[in-house]
Amino acid sequence: MAEYAYSAPLSIDDAVGILEDHANSGRRAQVLAGGTDLIVQMRGTDREPRTIVDIKRLEETNRIDADGDDIYIGAAIASAVLDEHEELKRLLPGLLESAYLIGSTQIQGRATLGGNLCNSSPAADTIPAMIANRGACVIAGPGGRREVPVEDFCTGVGTNVLEAGEFLLGLRFPRPAPGTADAYLRFIPRTEMDIAVAGAGVSVTLDGNGVCTAARVGIGAVAPTPLIVPEAAESLVGTRVDDDALVAAGEACTAASSPISDKRGTVSYRLKVVGVLCRRAGAIARDRVLARGG
Amino acid sequence: MAEAIDLKYIGTRPVRPDGVDKVTGRAQFGADQNLPNMLHGKVLRSPHAHARIRRVDVSGALAMDGVYAAVCGEDFPSEVGGSMLGEGGGDLGDVARNIMARDKVLYHGHAIAAVAASSLEIAERALHAIEVEYEVLPPVLDVLEAMEEDAPLLDENCFTKNLPEKPDKPSNIASVMTLARGNVDEGFEQADLVVEGEYRIPMAHQGYIEPHACTATVNEEGKATVWCCTQGHFDFRAATAKILDCPIGDLKFIASEIGGGFGGKTVLYLEPVAVMLSRQSGRPVKMVMTREEVFRATGPTSGTVCRVKVGAKRDGRITAAKAWMAYEAGAFAGAPMGPGCMSIFAPYDLENFLVVGHDVLVNKPKVAAYRAPGAPQAMHAMEVALDDIARQLGMDPLDLRMKNAADEGTQAPYGPKFPAIGFKACLEAAKEHPNYKAPVPEGAGRGVAAGFWFNVGMQSSAEVRLNEDGTVIVMEGNPDIGGSRASMCLMAAETLGVPYERINAFVGDTESTGFCNVTGGSRTTFATGLAVVRACEDIIGQCKSRVAATWGVDEDQVDWQDGQAVPAPGVNAEVTPMSLADIAASMPKTGGPMLGRASLNAQGAGASFSINFADLRVDRETGKVDVLSFTAVQDAGRAIHPDYVEGQMQGGASQGLGWALNEEYIYDADGVMENAGFLDYRMPVASDLPMIDTHIVEVPNPSHPYGVRGVGETPIVAPLAVAANAVRDATGVRINDLPLSPPRIVAALEGN
Amino acid sequence: MTKMHVQTSINGETVEFLCSPQQTLLEALREIVGRQGTKEGCGTGDCGACSVLIDDRLVCSCLVFAAETQGAEVTTIEGIAGDGGLHPLQEKFLEHAALQCGICTPGFIVAAKSLLDRDPDPDEETIRYWLAGNLCRCTGYDKIIRAVQDAAGELAYQA
Repeated sequence: MAEYAYSAPLSIDDAVGILEDHANSGRRAQVLAGGTDLIVQMRGTDREPRTIVDIKRLEETNRIDADGDDIYIGAAIASAVLDEHEELKRLLPGLLESAYLIGSTQIQGRATLGGNLCNSSPAADTIPAMIANRGACVIAGPGGRREVPVEDFCTGVGTNVLEAGEFLLGLRFPRPAPGTADAYLRFIPRTEMDIAVAGAGVSVTLDGNGVCTAARVGIGAVAPTPLIVPEAAESLVGTRVDDDALVAAGEACTAASSPISDKRGTVSYRLKVVGVLCRRAGAIARDRVLARGG
Repeated sequence: MAEAIDLKYIGTRPVRPDGVDKVTGRAQFGADQNLPNMLHGKVLRSPHAHARIRRVDVSGALAMDGVYAAVCGEDFPSEVGGSMLGEGGGDLGDVARNIMARDKVLYHGHAIAAVAASSLEIAERALHAIEVEYEVLPPVLDVLEAMEEDAPLLDENCFTKNLPEKPDKPSNIASVMTLARGNVDEGFEQADLVVEGEYRIPMAHQGYIEPHACTATVNEEGKATVWCCTQGHFDFRAATAKILDCPIGDLKFIASEIGGGFGGKTVLYLEPVAVMLSRQSGRPVKMVMTREEVFRATGPTSGTVCRVKVGAKRDGRITAAKAWMAYEAGAFAGAPMGPGCMSIFAPYDLENFLVVGHDVLVNKPKVAAYRAPGAPQAMHAMEVALDDIARQLGMDPLDLRMKNAADEGTQAPYGPKFPAIGFKACLEAAKEHPNYKAPVPEGAGRGVAAGFWFNVGMQSSAEVRLNEDGTVIVMEGNPDIGGSRASMCLMAAETLGVPYERINAFVGDTESTGFCNVTGGSRTTFATGLAVVRACEDIIGQCKSRVAATWGVDEDQVDWQDGQAVPAPGVNAEVTPMSLADIAASMPKTGGPMLGRASLNAQGAGASFSINFADLRVDRETGKVDVLSFTAVQDAGRAIHPDYVEGQMQGGASQGLGWALNEEYIYDADGVMENAGFLDYRMPVASDLPMIDTHIVEVPNPSHPYGVRGVGETPIVAPLAVAANAVRDATGVRINDLPLSPPRIVAALEGN
Repeated sequence: MTKMHVQTSINGETVEFLCSPQQTLLEALREIVGRQGTKEGCGTGDCGACSVLIDDRLVCSCLVFAAETQGAEVTTIEGIAGDGGLHPLQEKFLEHAALQCGICTPGFIVAAKSLLDRDPDPDEETIRYWLAGNLCRCTGYDKIIRAVQDAAGELAYQA
């Protein structure tokens, strides 16, 4: 009978080796970052014994680099640690808000961007925000490293592109161009602790005249995977991100969605609210740019 | 009769006696009892909402290494008689079948077998080795569907009770209740306007943070000791004795500290099972539920359908009121339909009314008492209807209620004439409250509603023991669920005339103190408090007698004042007053130790009324509701420890708002609860609520020496309609059903 | 099943224990090393009754593997009161009657301490959001929030 084991490798090669060994011998291994989804699943729906591979002792999963042309956030950085990073807060306020919305203070002390992505829930809060910020997943595996755009990472409810022996090292984001800001909003019935009924992340770049030159929109909890919505971004580009443009972007989000009815919300409700959230998040992103003086 | 008295200790706010242990982690709750050689017990639960049990075989589990006991329904006595006292306990045969299914499983999560093993992990694995064959039956989940003639039957022997004649066919309607006065048809004819509606409220859970837990150990003689978190260890002991068919004297129950109950821990689930497992294994057995088990298998309160029709004259006087109500009982009879029927019109002086209630079986967990059981659902319907009347008449909702308010001498809808009650005082206090006089914030709406609960007395015992140094021990048998030790000490301090700090209160086990019914029905401060006062009076009598002997005077020549014996006025004795400490010090010479006692069946628990109002804001695009302010006004008779009275009012408001806005049991078509965890059973969190303002009205209860009325249950009643009425005020749209969840609000605003 | 050896610091005391790989820190605290002040309300990180600090970071101990605490510093409710007696938070919870049943209280006090260690003067909204992961079913939170506000003032006065 299979048994539980726990391993905390100190190098990427060791981590890949453990994962590969398990894959080759038909044993189950699962990567642990914050554990806020993993441990809940182990207590409930998925009790099968496995080897837990804790990646928190690796240098590259624990690193934040906010000074270069690219911003790098290790896969094991807890939301609470991100929230205390003033430079990141300035550069990617919406992304940090999305991470800091997850669960409670206690959950934020453990939950990570990497875990949120790899759990691959349609309702993951950070994924639409990462999509809006042109995030890329840095993946380590037996064949070395590869990168995948965040919007291409999830393949279905709880599934993703990670192959046997692979794990997520971190997330890479291009440094936001001047005049760029992001925002993320989700809807939950309470003020805290719930899973998103719908979510929308928006990034806009405005020129000196307040005209939008680039935009990205990601949405969540309205399809089997978080989605990038190019049509919504297109409705913003070339405008001053005014009410009409925002309404059009919201309508594009609604049109792109294919939600289900469940205990957290109905189809019609999600279709409506995802549009509202996109519109409101877009306005916040715009106002953030304008507040900085462009 | 409560007279105007100068109170020295009652009404102050000292630190509770058990406080330090509870802020340092020392206090022992249900799951904190461990014994040497202890096993861990787990329960196998039904994966079906409705099925006949063809076969249960626990031998596979028993054969596993580390498994020491395994039981199923047939191991328990088959015939169990009697009923469990209290709100929602019900027939003990049903309780026995609820804690371990026989013949049929009646809800998803129904207990079917249990094991005890050397570790939790082995116990969990052993559950998989138990073989059960089911014949799956169609479940019925909706209360109205369950009442239909061709509905799947939960119990083929269920013939509706309280009908003029026994029906010729079984049904899911366990009983009906009718209350009537006057002639409603004539009353409606006299009305200038009539409002009516159908209001649905789903099942909700008490949501105590501590899961059910117990540890049992049985010796070779069959004598058992059980530690558990319970609202009443004496009632648990009695029920366990009946369920296991053993003498009460074989069972010792020790109440741990209790991590919340709200009625849900007046009924037992694990204790008889743990005793059985310990008997079989010869070792102590500990059982602790998971949160998921708590949701799936322990007492929610009834989901309901209430139809209400109310007629009124243009001046606001109600001419007739009629209600038809159906309560989900869950798997066994015993929904709080009775108190629902009796409470719905209780705040009002009505000439004509008719209430019909139904107790209906559905394939959901057996309901248990939840804070004012049955009243929130029923009174939501009436208070919403009254709001509609006030709106149509252009009348202030408090004025409308005042126009119809019950007062001293009013005959309650359930029979007796009210003695002094505080409903009008609550209405007046609300009207004068600065929060009510303040304008409704821009974009928000205000809701008003009344609340009510009967309160009960029942049996209590207390002992007051005088220590050698003059300090005092109060011993009673009601688990302290929210500060009652402090209230007992305050009443003892007041009666004895000694400082609060010199008194300590303890909750004894079933062998160390006299019988007390459950901590429930808002009875503890009233009834057990009365026993404490009487026990103090007993010891004062003894003190006077000893002092009289010491002074060489007659007993009636000694008075008790400010904690000391003094000569009565006119007595010419050259004596020095003797304090309680002096008397205690002289005990060896004056007759030995002193112990005051009282046992009683308390009568005259005063009804408690409330008025709540709140300002809520609705985001019309998302349906999100924000609670901007909430004010609770309630008659406490006399607030012994005002902090804990306010705490009851604030906690009840929070629970009521949770039920009104987001809490509900969500089922799939197969009868599986989809939100059996705190993530999706959405109780209010700290950031969901504002400060909850309280105003305590004190109209003393004439049946208690200090005027106490129970305060624990009334607070949950009004908030449901308060929220509904505030959302109506904010949006212009009346939504009849709860919860007022965002999708429901958006759908209503869009006209669906 | 092979047990793991873990050495950690609990409230400043070095503690060694054996645990299964899948056992949580909460199980280890309550069932292995006998610190039962930390309570279990849900086991899924939704109620905060099991709140502890690991290296001064507030977490739910039900969502941490015991094995992860190798070499870490764990603070539990038993470590909040100091040599000088109760912590001001504990004093204020008592004074304000900020507990009824008391099962959530250890978690609230650990969580509130973590807040006041970071932000000595939080406003009401900050306190409410910081404590949103700690469920209380008895109090409606009112007296808890007031106790934390008052404790913050007391700590500021002491400082």
